[in-house]
Amino acid sequence: MTTTMTLAKAITSGLDKILDTNDKSLLMGEDIGRLGGVYRVTDGLIDKYGSHRVIDSPLGEAGIVGTAVGMALRGFSPIVEIQFDGFVFPAFNQITTQLAKMHARSEGRLTAPVVIRIPYGGGIGSIEHHSESPEALFAHTAGLRIITPSNAHDAYWMIQQAAGCQDPVIVFEPKRRYWLKGDVDTETPALDAFKAQVVRPGTDATIVAYGPLVPIALATADAALEDGRSIEVIDLRSISPIDFDTITESVQKTGRLIVTHEAPTFGGIGGEIAARITERAFLSLEAPVLRVGGFHMPYPVSKVESQYLPDIDKLLEALDRSFAY
Amino acid sequence: MTRAATQATESDLIQILTPDGQRHSHETYDAYLGDVDDQMLRGFYRDMAMTRRFDQEATALQRQGQLALWVPLRGQEAAQIGSGRATRPNDYIFPTYREHGVALTREVSFSEMLRLFRGISGGGWDPRENNFHMYTMVLAAQMPHAAGYAMALNMEQHGWDEERRAAEGNAVVAYFGDGSSTEGETHESMVFANSFNAPVVYFCQNNQYAISVPFEVQSKVPLVNRAAGYGMPGIRVDGNDVLAVLAVTRWALEHARSGKGPVFIEAVTYRLGAHTTADDPTKYRMSEEEKQWAPKDPLVRLETYLRENNLVDDAFFEQLATDADAMAAKVRDDAMAFPVPPLAKSFEQVYAEAHPLIQEELAWHREYEAGFADAAEGEQ
Ligand SMILES: Cc1ncc(C[n+]2csc(CCOP(=O)(O)OP(=O)(O)O)c2C)c(N)n1
Repeated sequence: MTTTMTLAKAITSGLDKILDTNDKSLLMGEDIGRLGGVYRVTDGLIDKYGSHRVIDSPLGEAGIVGTAVGMALRGFSPIVEIQFDGFVFPAFNQITTQLAKMHARSEGRLTAPVVIRIPYGGGIGSIEHHSESPEALFAHTAGLRIITPSNAHDAYWMIQQAAGCQDPVIVFEPKRRYWLKGDVDTETPALDAFKAQVVRPGTDATIVAYGPLVPIALATADAALEDGRSIEVIDLRSISPIDFDTITESVQKTGRLIVTHEAPTFGGIGGEIAARITERAFLSLEAPVLRVGGFHMPYPVSKVESQYLPDIDKLLEALDRSFAY
Repeated sequence: MTRAATQATESDLIQILTPDGQRHSHETYDAYLGDVDDQMLRGFYRDMAMTRRFDQEATALQRQGQLALWVPLRGQEAAQIGSGRATRPNDYIFPTYREHGVALTREVSFSEMLRLFRGISGGGWDPRENNFHMYTMVLAAQMPHAAGYAMALNMEQHGWDEERRAAEGNAVVAYFGDGSSTEGETHESMVFANSFNAPVVYFCQNNQYAISVPFEVQSKVPLVNRAAGYGMPGIRVDGNDVLAVLAVTRWALEHARSGKGPVFIEAVTYRLGAHTTADDPTKYRMSEEEKQWAPKDPLVRLETYLRENNLVDDAFFEQLATDADAMAAKVRDDAMAFPVPPLAKSFEQVYAEAHPLIQEELAWHREYEAGFADAAEGEQ
């Protein structure tokens, strides 16, 4: 069955399905119960499942993630919400030193199937600490899986796949796309959450994007067509692991690669993709892999964020540079 | 005997067995010692002596270069044996890194415990077998885990009445130090546990030092005073008195198990030796102070009590020394015999489910290693 809904509602439906099918699952976070979360993603779930399954937690991110680890050790499957990207850092210790390593330290005896939902990214005109993209900081930590949906259909399925995974999964939710409407097919088996997807085929260059920038990459491909360039767009979907096979295959066909994300380019996911693809497809490349991302600065004030964020023009400029080789 | 949280804090030190080996009665806690007979008392002494001998052997192994590090507990045996023996097998324990005595009470094998310090495992033993979690090197990181685990117990035991909970329910014990009490996660854990009435017993071993930093730098007031601020009962106990520790921990576990929420215990004790084998206590601690604490040794006072009441004879101590030496020899042999796992095994343990990056890097690693094997064969 196919229904049209916003990306946010698709996550709500996915969470509903999880709570309905697994009685060991529960949601926890700041303001997620009565208020339904500051983005209303958990709206209505407390009425349906009660305050013992949808828990308004005390205010403490280390406490939220840390207690979720404890619950997971007792066989529960907690899905926790961090209210905003910039507020995950008090929980950084619990995520990186505890959650990520539980399986390894116990020599595979223990699993910690905790899901952490984080609304992330800019473009909503907010103030500091409400627009960040810290995915690379987590991707660098072995033991974590990191995914990010870009559309309602993926959002519906990926949250469920995250909840079904035995490893800890961080779901970065592109908050500026929460209101993006799309068709959700609730029956067709979904693509594996840890695979990338070619969302638009092309022959002349490849753009890899994820989360909030996928619609921009698609719009760039439209614009490039006017210059007679056929651009393939890949929605990365999974930031850890990265599906390098899908990217490699594309680059072997197109010969050019641009990676774009909102996070600063330095030390970011784009650099990792550039390095790996250079190793895997050096002889297919007609130009160096280029990155279009944020500058090495704290996320700027919202009045100038449009100059900071990757957009169609910046991607077209990068394509020009690539084709100039 | 129920204490309302607000009027609960007992900042007087609960003591049953004095440093000179006299046993006193206590109006609240005697009720929790009713089953303690001569046999059990000898058992506690044996537990403490075995723990001390294990500690000594592990220290020696470290000195001989066989362990990367050792964290000695000499002086804290009563706090650990008393609290550990108060638990039931289905209670789950989150230790820090010094809880070797608690481990004994949970029947975790001493040998297995050395795998971590020998550098061949990140954990060592199976936490599910004895409900004794892995050691935690990041201070206080285990504290929210304890609260969460206890919240999960509440969910499992939802709808049980107090009586059933007291009889069949379980609780969690979180061990931590005076230094760790300052970490934010300790605070967050206590807030979560109290807000959700989770069955956690917070057991602080205040051994007076966080490496070189004395207790006054962590707190100007006894830690137990903080309990009321969270809304839980707090008990300050002589941590070198195995009977007092046993009694208060039993009280606390009963309170937690029966659904009344968490309890804070501050066990006042003293680390007689170094913080770890990498430490030099002479740089920060007066020998005067050490001398003051020496007579409060938990083993000495129980020995005095046992001897003065004719509950033991010399043969008891001789036999114990023989058994302890045999245990130490076995631990040493076992530790030496543990195989070093190949790095390839580490790849398997990073994720529970298949992961392409792991597979790719493992394949590279195997090929690289195989190259050396070829070279070695070629040379022969
Ligand atoms: C988060 C963290 N910070 C610092 C350290 C280094 N460190 C190891 S033990 C220790 C002192 C701990 O003191 P306390 O909590 O009182 O426990 P004790 O060792 O005395 O039992 C320190 C600072 C650590 N392991 N973890």
